[in-house]
Amino acid sequence: MVKKTYEEINEKIKRGTAVVVTAEEVIDIAAAEGIKKAAEKIDVVTTGTFGIMCSSGAFLNFWHTKPKMKMAHVWLNDVAAYGGIAAVDAYIGAAEVIEGDPCNNNHPGHFRYGGGHVIEDLIAGKEIRLRADAYGTDCYPLRKLEKTITINDLRDAFMFNPRNSYQNYNVGVNCSDKTVYTYMGILKPHCANAHYSSSGQLSPLINDPYYRTIGIGTRIFLGGGEGYVAWPGTQHAPNDPRSENGVPLGGAGTLAVIGDMKQMNSRYVRGVSITGYGVSLMVGIGVPIPILDEEILEFTTIKDQDIFAPICDYGILYPAGEKCDIGSVSYAELKTGEIEFQGKKIRTAPLSSYTMAQEIAGSLKGWINQGKFLLGQPSQLLPTDEKRGQL
Amino acid sequence: MAYITKSVFLRFSPEVVDTPIVYCLAHDFQLIPNIIKADINPQKQGYIVMTLSGDEDDYCRGIDYLKEKGLEVEALVDRISWDEKTCTQCGACTAVCPSRALTIKRPQMSVEFDGSKCIVCNMCIQACPVGAVKLDI
Repeated sequence: MVKKTYEEINEKIKRGTAVVVTAEEVIDIAAAEGIKKAAEKIDVVTTGTFGIMCSSGAFLNFWHTKPKMKMAHVWLNDVAAYGGIAAVDAYIGAAEVIEGDPCNNNHPGHFRYGGGHVIEDLIAGKEIRLRADAYGTDCYPLRKLEKTITINDLRDAFMFNPRNSYQNYNVGVNCSDKTVYTYMGILKPHCANAHYSSSGQLSPLINDPYYRTIGIGTRIFLGGGEGYVAWPGTQHAPNDPRSENGVPLGGAGTLAVIGDMKQMNSRYVRGVSITGYGVSLMVGIGVPIPILDEEILEFTTIKDQDIFAPICDYGILYPAGEKCDIGSVSYAELKTGEIEFQGKKIRTAPLSSYTMAQEIAGSLKGWINQGKFLLGQPSQLLPTDEKRGQL
Repeated sequence: MAYITKSVFLRFSPEVVDTPIVYCLAHDFQLIPNIIKADINPQKQGYIVMTLSGDEDDYCRGIDYLKEKGLEVEALVDRISWDEKTCTQCGACTAVCPSRALTIKRPQMSVEFDGSKCIVCNMCIQACPVGAVKLDI
């Protein structure tokens, strides 16, 4: 039986002797050497994902003004941030649309700029117009503020994303007879195309399906910097049905993550405009999986052909709130660019970047190999049981 | 001489808007024009995006004729740009591109663009979440 501890693996990382491979590389190693030998040899498997994650945002602190101000309403490049927290704190959400955007009045709307873009621009070091107003108090008399800032002028800037890195995700198709513009992209009528959004065999929670190593305090790659798993993500649903290999057949687990934006790189944090839907943020996340035993190693050998995603109708059923699952397909099939569905061949496309996921898993591997990144032992693992409700 | 098919972008001024260029290209130069997209504004300025197929020599003479008539002629690929640096390689553009100008190279899963296949339908511009494809017409 292979048994390793976080302390032992971290000691190896510090000494530069830890064996670190990506979730792609581990597949061939385990196939060649067997699970036991691979588990003895490999200390960490790195994962990666890079895709649109709407439930993202950032807490910012602007330093106190002179005279002081208790900001009630805050805008960054004319995108509203939430000012209902202490004096010069605000939260900017990725999905907030710029003020005055016509949205879908002229459908489909273009949604050229919003919170996600502000976050990318801050990380890129670009100048941002800060505007704030307040009702004024005896201790915070200032009522209006306008100035140009960069991330360097902020006292604190940390990303806090309530729901990222879905364990698995729907494949979007459109069974209606008109084109729909969704968060799963442009879906043509009569199921003429299918969009998916997961890095499959490289995806963090797919590689640790029962959350044996991922929990509160797990240190991760977040947007090019070092971040942490802060909490189970909103809508974390570990009770979703699973296949025999433990991989969920639906969205299942999610992560709430946190990280210092001043460390991040805008290559891995991109504001996006989704035609007809809104603005959002592409986030790059990589989670290291410590190989504590053989079972954990075996989970990381999961291949695209063994991961199945539900095919969901975004034309009629999903918007109606009905059960929208009308089929199932593996990521290996999806990645060929064509699947057979309802008797016809339809084109597929990813919305999440596999090459970026590879780059992230590779970067994280590099950080660990250089001894720059130690594993964080979670103080509590993600829940494996959760109740589900509906409004 | 080789048989070729090329996509061209033609911009015309009010002075030449009445010239039957499509007829002339077909009749005088034995070229097969296939209009992909065209527009004319209230000032009688406009553009045509078309493919021209025929003998290479005839194609060159046909293009010279258009220029003599005062039309601005450009290869369509010069009007479309896909910025590889801006692109996140997600692939959202690929399944909606009807002419397969934008495709995914496998097994690398990287996005590739072949401007010569583009038919200027604008689907990629709507589909790309980061504005990596730009069309200047």
